[in-house]
Amino acid sequence: MDLKPKLSRRGFLTSLSAVSGSLLLGGCDQLSQSPTFRDILSKAEGVTQRVQRFVLSQKSMAREFSESDLSAHFKANGSTNVDDPSYETQAKSGFSNWRLKIDGLVTRPTTLSLDELRRLPSRTQITRHDCVEGWSAIGKWKGAQLGPLLQSVGLKPEARYLVFHCADELEAGSKYYESIDLIDAFHPQTILAYDMNDAALTIPHGAPIRLRVERQLGYKQAKYVMGIEAVSSLANIAGGNGGFWEDRGYEWYAGI
Amino acid sequence: MSVEAVETGREPLEKPEVVYRHALPVRLTHWVNVLCLAILLMSGLQIFNAHTHLYFGNRSDPQNEVLSMRAVRGADGKPVGLTTIGTTTFHTTGVFGLSRGDDGQWEARGFPSWITLPSYRDLATGRRWHFFFAWLFVINGLAYLTYSLLSGHVRRDLSPTGRQLRNIGHDIVEHLRLRFPKGEEAKHYNVLQKLAYLAVIFVLLPLVVLTGMTMSPGLDAAFPFLVEIFGGRQSARTIHFLCATGIVLFVFVHVAMVLISGVWNNMRSMITGHYRIEPAE
Repeated sequence: MDLKPKLSRRGFLTSLSAVSGSLLLGGCDQLSQSPTFRDILSKAEGVTQRVQRFVLSQKSMAREFSESDLSAHFKANGSTNVDDPSYETQAKSGFSNWRLKIDGLVTRPTTLSLDELRRLPSRTQITRHDCVEGWSAIGKWKGAQLGPLLQSVGLKPEARYLVFHCADELEAGSKYYESIDLIDAFHPQTILAYDMNDAALTIPHGAPIRLRVERQLGYKQAKYVMGIEAVSSLANIAGGNGGFWEDRGYEWYAGI
Repeated sequence: MSVEAVETGREPLEKPEVVYRHALPVRLTHWVNVLCLAILLMSGLQIFNAHTHLYFGNRSDPQNEVLSMRAVRGADGKPVGLTTIGTTTFHTTGVFGLSRGDDGQWEARGFPSWITLPSYRDLATGRRWHFFFAWLFVINGLAYLTYSLLSGHVRRDLSPTGRQLRNIGHDIVEHLRLRFPKGEEAKHYNVLQKLAYLAVIFVLLPLVVLTGMTMSPGLDAAFPFLVEIFGGRQSARTIHFLCATGIVLFVFVHVAMVLISGVWNNMRSMITGHYRIEPAE
């Protein structure tokens, strides 16, 4: 056997392990911050969304539990209050003067009081809330179904997303917001919840209403919803990624 | 005198036989798998660090907790890292619960920064890495399985023969003495190797994928039986973590065996396919 290839092979293996070692330990942090590399990693979200949408139909429901499965303590995460005088005033009056504004690409822009919302077709569901951090809690939600409400205000043909504008600022200067597409908007379990565990939604859980999109993670379940806007694109809203956490690197499609 | 004899300074007793051991698809998928598993482990620990507790069931109830890592203030006012497994608590300062970050400062974190991806706390980026390489891992795994089942690799190289299974006791003893097969016996995997590979390929790796899928609220709606099989989303998260631990243990033993039983020969066979058979004594 020739001596030369053996040595170079050994040299190759040594440098290979050195390169892969430093790549794993140091280089990965640099890669994590490179916009080009982040774009490549983010391609996985599109694949996940397409595959999940392929296996999910409008009839695929998030599992519903029974009363005995309810969490004894349901953690309130993210904002647990709204630091805003007008919100505080509304809260003191039991949100009697609060109005939900529905506008954007709709044929009949509307405002709804909490009482009007309560009179709309509703749905009650006991579901599992999965936080992106890893924990789960089970709660009972009652709210107006979003689908029929959207039909009554009439979506314009160019409307593709619904943006939920919230009252809370999880970070100074940036209000919380979320968005979903029409597939999730018209899913029967997608509701504007005003009751949690048979009582009016409390302030830590997003009073007066929070969105429930049961087939996605917790950060999509926007609290303190003040307005719903139908849009054709998410690009011109805040950071342009369709949500507070999405603007901070999280997936817009939070089905996993 | 041959070049080899000059090299080693002694007469070769018998010319070692070189066999073609690993087909190209096996070698290729093996190294893609190494990359995927390393990144999945490190980004997985980043994700774990966002909630350093494991439970059984569907809810994250404190009474169903099976593992927990956290930092508390000790009697002397200094922070301590604690890890609880079941009902037993260990002091794990420096490793689990509390460790020094990149800047040398003490930080409350489940796993230390040198093993998480990114090293600093960033759940969003950890998830991006994890799901990208999860897809690559699944595609690579399916390519390997398709090749292995169709080419007869599983049947020919990985399924233990009846004779091998009957002699398993002898093999265990030989392994513990770190004596490895030579000659004809070395041309195929030994029984412990076969069983370990089969367990990883057909149990551990599919299980880690399925429990990962079970943590997805979307896939749970599409395939409700997933949650049923694993006894709840939080159970699935715990089993996912246990599978990852099992894979790490396998890799430790696997790498140790590669090192002990001839590192260059083994590495060459997984890169070029060619494996040198030591003549039987």
